[in-house]
Amino acid sequence: MELQPSHYPARRAAGVASACINYRRGGPNRVLALSNVRRAQLQGHAVNCTAEVLYHLGSQHSAPEVHFTVEGELGKNPDEADNKFYSRIKSLQEPLVAQNIPDSFGIVPPEMEPIRHLAFSACDYIIWQNSTENTWYNLAQIRDVRQVRRNDDYLEFDYTVLLHDFVSQEIIPWQMQVLWHPQHGVKVTQNSRQPKQED
Amino acid sequence: MTGLLVFGALLAVACSQKLFVGDQVLRISANNEEHVALLRGLEELEDLQLDYWAAPAKPGLPVDIRVPFPSLQPVKIFLESNGIPYTIMIEDVQTLLDEEKEAMERARKLERSSSGFDFSTYHTIEEIYSWMDDLVAQHPDLVSKIQIGESYEKRPLYVLKFSTGRTVKTHRPAIWIDTGIHSREWITQATGVWTANKIATEYGKDASLTAILTSMDIFLEIVTNPDGFAYTHSQNRMWRKTRSINAGSSCKGVDPNRNWDAGFGGPGATNNPCSETYHGPYPFSESETKSVADFILSHGKMKAAISIHSYSQMLMFPYGYKEEPAPNHQELDDLAKEAVDALAAVHGTQYRYGSTIHTIYQADGITIDWTYDNGVKYSYTFELRDTGRYGFLLPAAQIIPTAEETWPALMKIMVHVHEHPY
Repeated sequence: MELQPSHYPARRAAGVASACINYRRGGPNRVLALSNVRRAQLQGHAVNCTAEVLYHLGSQHSAPEVHFTVEGELGKNPDEADNKFYSRIKSLQEPLVAQNIPDSFGIVPPEMEPIRHLAFSACDYIIWQNSTENTWYNLAQIRDVRQVRRNDDYLEFDYTVLLHDFVSQEIIPWQMQVLWHPQHGVKVTQNSRQPKQED
Repeated sequence: MTGLLVFGALLAVACSQKLFVGDQVLRISANNEEHVALLRGLEELEDLQLDYWAAPAKPGLPVDIRVPFPSLQPVKIFLESNGIPYTIMIEDVQTLLDEEKEAMERARKLERSSSGFDFSTYHTIEEIYSWMDDLVAQHPDLVSKIQIGESYEKRPLYVLKFSTGRTVKTHRPAIWIDTGIHSREWITQATGVWTANKIATEYGKDASLTAILTSMDIFLEIVTNPDGFAYTHSQNRMWRKTRSINAGSSCKGVDPNRNWDAGFGGPGATNNPCSETYHGPYPFSESETKSVADFILSHGKMKAAISIHSYSQMLMFPYGYKEEPAPNHQELDDLAKEAVDALAAVHGTQYRYGSTIHTIYQADGITIDWTYDNGVKYSYTFELRDTGRYGFLLPAAQIIPTAEETWPALMKIMVHVHEHPY
C-alpha cells in the first residue's frame, strides 16, 4: 500500500529510519536530521537516503527493522573536530557536568554542541528501539549530563534526557549510559525510562 | 631577484581563530615596473600571509595590502630598503572590526525594539501584559484591550482588538487569532506579540491590511493560557495544559485543545488527568476555553479563526475528530497551499498542510473543529517552527524570522476571508 508522503504515517516511519541511521552514523560533530520524507540531511549537506521500515506487529514489542542505503559516503573517519573534542574532554581536570541543554530560551553554549550531538545520536538508539506506528519521538532537552571517568580510551557520559512523543504529547524522562570513541562511534550500554515529573 | 630580503625565522602560521589585532593595511605606491615586479614577488612569500586588497597591476596604481602583525616589520624594512613609498591606511584592523561589530549590534537593537520592547527575545507574562498597554497607548485609534474572562488562577484573559470602527459598539465581521493556548509553545506567544505590532504599524501602509481593517476587525489573544505560561517560567518549561485542579487526582491541568465541544471525549484525547491530552471532565470545563467560546458566540460575526501552535511546521483545517472531509475542504486546501507557499517564500521554511486528522493525528475536542461547526468557515491551525531539532526550545534568534514568514501566510488567509464574505 502506497503511503502518502504528506500524511503522518510516512513521516513517523521516516523518523524511525532517521533515528536508526543517526545512531549508527552520528557523533559529537555529526547529526543526521530528517529534512523531508524524501531526503535525510547531514548538517547542511543534503544526502539522499532510501530506507525501509518494518514495524513488528504482535503482543511483544520489538524494535522496528530498518534497512537503508545512503547515497555517497557519510564517512566513518573521525575528523579533526572529533579529535579536538576527544582531547578536550580527556584533559578536563574535573569530569564534565551540565544541565538543561538547550536552556529555556533555546541557547546551547558552543562547547556543549558536541555533547548535544552525541545525545542526539545516543537518543536515536532509544527512539529506534521504542518506536511504533503510534509514536513520533524527538529529543526535547538534555536534563542532566555527567561524565564518568574511565581507564580505557572511551569517553562515557550518563545522560538524563527528556523525550517528547509528539503523538501523545508526553514528555518522557529517560536515562542512558553512552560510550563514545572517535574511531568506534557511539554505543548506548544501558538505558531506562524514568518516572514522569509530576506537577 | 635583487632587493628581496631573505626572511630568517619562519613566521608562525595564523591561528584558526581570525584575530586581526595589530594588523595594518598599507597603501603602497608602485612608481615603476621594478617596484611592481618586487611587489608581485612579495605576494609569493606565503609565510607572510599577506592579504592583497588591491593587487599590483601597473605603475601609478596603488597597491593595498593587509599585513598581519608579525609580518609588519619585515615588510616595512623591505619597502624602505627598496625605496618604495607607503602610507598606513588602517592602523589596527581589529579595532575597526570591533567598532563595526558594536555599530551593527546597536543598529540591530534599534531595529528590534519599538519603544524599547525587544521582539527578538522571549518575555514573561508581566512584560507582555505591560507591552500590550503600551501598544494600545501608541495606537489609540486602532488598538484596544478587552478582558474576556479569567484563568483558573484568576489571571485576566486579555484580547487585543484592532478596529477602525467609529463606535465602541461596532460589530463588524471579524477574524480571530489566538497564540499560546499550549503554554510551552513559546514561539507562539512571541509571534503573537510581533504580529500585533505588525498589524498596528502596517495599518495605513500595507494596502491589503488597510483594506481588511476598513471593513473587518481583528481579535488577537496572545496569552491564551496565562496560568500555564507563568508555570513554564517559574517551575516547568515543558508544561502544556491549564493549571486547574482535577477532582480525585494529584495531577493538575486539562489540555485546552481537547476541551472544546466538537467530538469531545473521542479517542483523540484521554480521560486520564495525568495525561498531556486530558480532555477535562466535560466540554468547556476550563475558563480559558469557555471564555473564548462565549466571546465568539456572543460576537456572532467571526468569519475566521486561526489558532497558533508549535511545533512541526504545518497548516491544518477541520476536521481532527472525524475522517469525513469538511464541506468546503477543497477551498480550505487550496487556500492552505497558497498560505504555505507564501510562507516558504520568505526564508525557505517548508510546511505541510491538510486536514488535521490526516496531517497530524486524530484529535478530538479541538478549537478549530468547534469554531468550524459553529459557523466559522475559515478555521485553521498553524504549527510553527521547527520540526524537532529544538522543538519547544526554539532559540530566540528564530523568533523574528518565524514571525516574518508567518505574516504573509496569515495575510493570505485574511485577504481571502475579506474577499469572500458570507
